[in-house]
Amino acid sequence: MQQEASNQSLNHISPPDILTLKRLAISESGFIFDPETGHSFSVNESGMFILQALQQSHTPEEILQSIVDTYEISSRDAERDLMEYIGLLRKQLQGMQQ
Amino acid sequence: MDRLTIAITGMNARPDNPGPGLAVAKCLREVPDNQYKIIGLSYDALDAGLYLTQYTDHAYLIPYPSSGENALIERMQYINDQHNIDVLIPCLDAELPNFVRMQPLLKDMGIKTFLPDQTQLRYRNKDVLPELAGHADIQCPEIKSITSTRFFEDCEENDWEFPFVVKGIFYDAQIVHNPIEASKAFNRIAAQWGLPVLIQRFIKGEEYNLTAVGDGEGNLINPVMMKKMALTDKGKAWAGVSINDHTLLEASCKLVAQIKWRGPLEVEVMKDPDGQYQLIEINPRFPAWIYLSAGVGKNLPECLVKLALGQTVNNIEKSDVGKIFIRYAEEHIISISDFEAIVMQGHNV
Repeated sequence: MQQEASNQSLNHISPPDILTLKRLAISESGFIFDPETGHSFSVNESGMFILQALQQSHTPEEILQSIVDTYEISSRDAERDLMEYIGLLRKQLQGMQQ
Repeated sequence: MDRLTIAITGMNARPDNPGPGLAVAKCLREVPDNQYKIIGLSYDALDAGLYLTQYTDHAYLIPYPSSGENALIERMQYINDQHNIDVLIPCLDAELPNFVRMQPLLKDMGIKTFLPDQTQLRYRNKDVLPELAGHADIQCPEIKSITSTRFFEDCEENDWEFPFVVKGIFYDAQIVHNPIEASKAFNRIAAQWGLPVLIQRFIKGEEYNLTAVGDGEGNLINPVMMKKMALTDKGKAWAGVSINDHTLLEASCKLVAQIKWRGPLEVEVMKDPDGQYQLIEINPRFPAWIYLSAGVGKNLPECLVKLALGQTVNNIEKSDVGKIFIRYAEEHIISISDFEAIVMQGHNV
């Protein structure tokens, strides 16, 4: 039940603009460069995991499952972190567009 | 094979606001097989480019634009007699009107240029820029010509609220926040660049620049785009990264097509907080950051030389993004006799 309610909120998250995501150059070190705006920022390992998944058009639900499968983390914690991270990422990319 | 002789102006290299000449020479030095003999032309005996022999084979002083066209023609004739100049690349805004007018005379001397005509040059004048921007579907902050500091006394009552930008007709710009600052900027800029002085509405945002060569038929050749990463006190880039911004490119293509621009240019835009592009300036020359063009594989000064010689230039489709330049200051040691030669004879030995 809790899981269902939780996934509903995940469903309501809008991921960052896919066109912006697609053009980002992501290096293995976690350095991210936007070739259109010239902005750059860095992410940690899990941030890069999520960013790459979003870039490959995975849904937040699919990413949540991959995080739970890959890292030793509860679904609840992973979902909270994922929602927060996607929100931050959207804000970061919107800021780069302006 | 005889090397082609290329004369380049604007060889000053002041750390906070360098002229483009040295960077143009540096680009040409990167062309394989040392194809070019480079003559540096400068206005001041302390311009570093006069002494940097790794970039210039010879260096000459030329008279300031305010000395008039005849003095410049005479000097160019003398330098040409010594070196048989093949191509001349003027690099400074204030000298452009003289060199544009002199094109037929230069041609008679055997000196080729690739410059706009006087009408094209006027189209991109700062005071008529909004009109040109309108034709290219890009916004442009309002610009007004003024001739007296009295304007600042009641400008806020006349819908010109601070801050705004005070600009010289050819060069220089300062953001001002109150009438005292504005009057100071006006007097400084008027003393250096003459009247009228321009005021432009201030746009908050990030600056993006494009440089390229217009082929004179409405096409933009080998555009290179850059976002400034760090600025000097004068708002000049001391670090920048190459980018590929489709909106900037499209707007620049329209601008060049509109006036069939011939020669080098730099398009400066601001991206405002709403994401809208605002045209700030079109400079009729290469920018000081032109060395980035060689860095991204589109050596624009080399393209310009080829176009001036009537050769075909290929448009390089691939744009190498993510190349960063970082400008730095360096001390160059010369002997008093080097300085003496420039001051007394007007050229190095």
